[in-house]
Amino acid sequence: MSKLETEVTRMKAEDYCLFYGNFRALNNISIEIPTNRITAFIGPSGCGKSTLLRSFNRMNDLIPGVTTTGTVYLDGRNVAQEDVVELRKNVGMVFQRPNPFPKSIFDNVAYGPRLHGTRNRSDLAVLVEKSLKRAALWEEVKDDLHKSGMSLSGGQQQRLCIARAIAVEPEVILMDEPASALDPVATLRIEELMNELKKNYTIAIVTHNMQQAGRVSDYTAFLLTDENRAGNLIEFGPTKQIFTTPSDSRTEDYISGRFG
Amino acid sequence: MSRESFDRELEDVTRNLFQVTGEVRKNLAASVKYLEKRDMQGAAMIIEADEIVNLRCLEIEVQCLNIIATQQPVATDLRLLFSILQISTEIERIGDYAKGIARISLKIGPGKLIKPLLSISRMEEIAGQMLDDAIRAFTEGDEKAARNIPSRDLQIDILYNQVHRELITFIMEKPSNIEQTMMLDWVAHNIERVGDRVVNICERVIFTVTGIPIDLN
Repeated sequence: MSKLETEVTRMKAEDYCLFYGNFRALNNISIEIPTNRITAFIGPSGCGKSTLLRSFNRMNDLIPGVTTTGTVYLDGRNVAQEDVVELRKNVGMVFQRPNPFPKSIFDNVAYGPRLHGTRNRSDLAVLVEKSLKRAALWEEVKDDLHKSGMSLSGGQQQRLCIARAIAVEPEVILMDEPASALDPVATLRIEELMNELKKNYTIAIVTHNMQQAGRVSDYTAFLLTDENRAGNLIEFGPTKQIFTTPSDSRTEDYISGRFG
Repeated sequence: MSRESFDRELEDVTRNLFQVTGEVRKNLAASVKYLEKRDMQGAAMIIEADEIVNLRCLEIEVQCLNIIATQQPVATDLRLLFSILQISTEIERIGDYAKGIARISLKIGPGKLIKPLLSISRMEEIAGQMLDDAIRAFTEGDEKAARNIPSRDLQIDILYNQVHRELITFIMEKPSNIEQTMMLDWVAHNIERVGDRVVNICERVIFTVTGIPIDLN
């Protein structure tokens, strides 16, 4: 179910379970995230889709009492054995609410590269320009790079956060409802941007907006809690197939709005 | 998320399709009957009734568009609406065939027919029954029925060839029959086309149930 024949796997979860104390939040998830594709995680609230997304760059490590079994891989390497700073450089994250640092636009984007050792001013300038261009923000801010990142509109702030994420040249970008706090126009810009970004990056996105999953993603994973409230992967496949002929009736019921 | 109004709209548009199919079915049978009986008034009524059929089909189209725009249907709902749009086009065309037969009736005029319409009536009976069964298969999501119905189209084709050959002998026997003979051939052809349209409807039923586009012709 989770194997994609024609794609190159970038990340992979294998028999992955996650527990909060004794509570099993994710149950035996096996899924492959294909390279240069957008993979959407959908499902009702509490189904574990954000938890699964955060497992790909070990964001759940920060939560006390979390234990896991099974394995998450990046390019065939077990992420649990990677240096976490290095992992999060390779697997960046964009959150629901835009969260620029209270610094200039330039420093927001240069933050990651500086952290990873790029000090040369002109190298940084090149990186900042490239990242802002890739995040489709450059034209709007190129004359105001010294201005605070907080002075931008919500949609611009989110694109700034995307620029910040890609400034460290990640392989994968995780997006946790990146457009749910934005208006429709800003949402569309983010969606268009995602389509551009997938040429260079692998993207996994959690979204509550089913139409958004349909519009932007190449693959869709549907998660649902079982009778013990543990999140299970119900169906995974090409988005077009999930939205026209889902094979599991629970997927059909969810995407057709029969529950959730 | 409530689906109440969505479900109601789907039921509504499905019911409308069912109803307009019933009207077309009635018009088709009547068009052959009025031709047989040389009922000019009846034929004129069929032509008028087809206007209503066309309007009903347009209404169904608008209903589908509205549902797609406001409810963003996916999966089975989307396939259902897609099929309703396609089937309503088939129904509208079948209505046109009935109207075509009524027009021929008027052209032939109230005089006596050169031959009884036995085979043509039989063709209409088979096609009409196929239409009834196909639309029932659609509303019931009966894939098996939809796969079985098209085989009956063969009987219509055989009858059509029979009628065609028979009409040619009529022309050879008496060349002055040529005009009416050609018109009757056209009537049979119209009914033969109804069978093909019903096969298309069956394809849509199978698509709605399975999601697989299929060609049964």
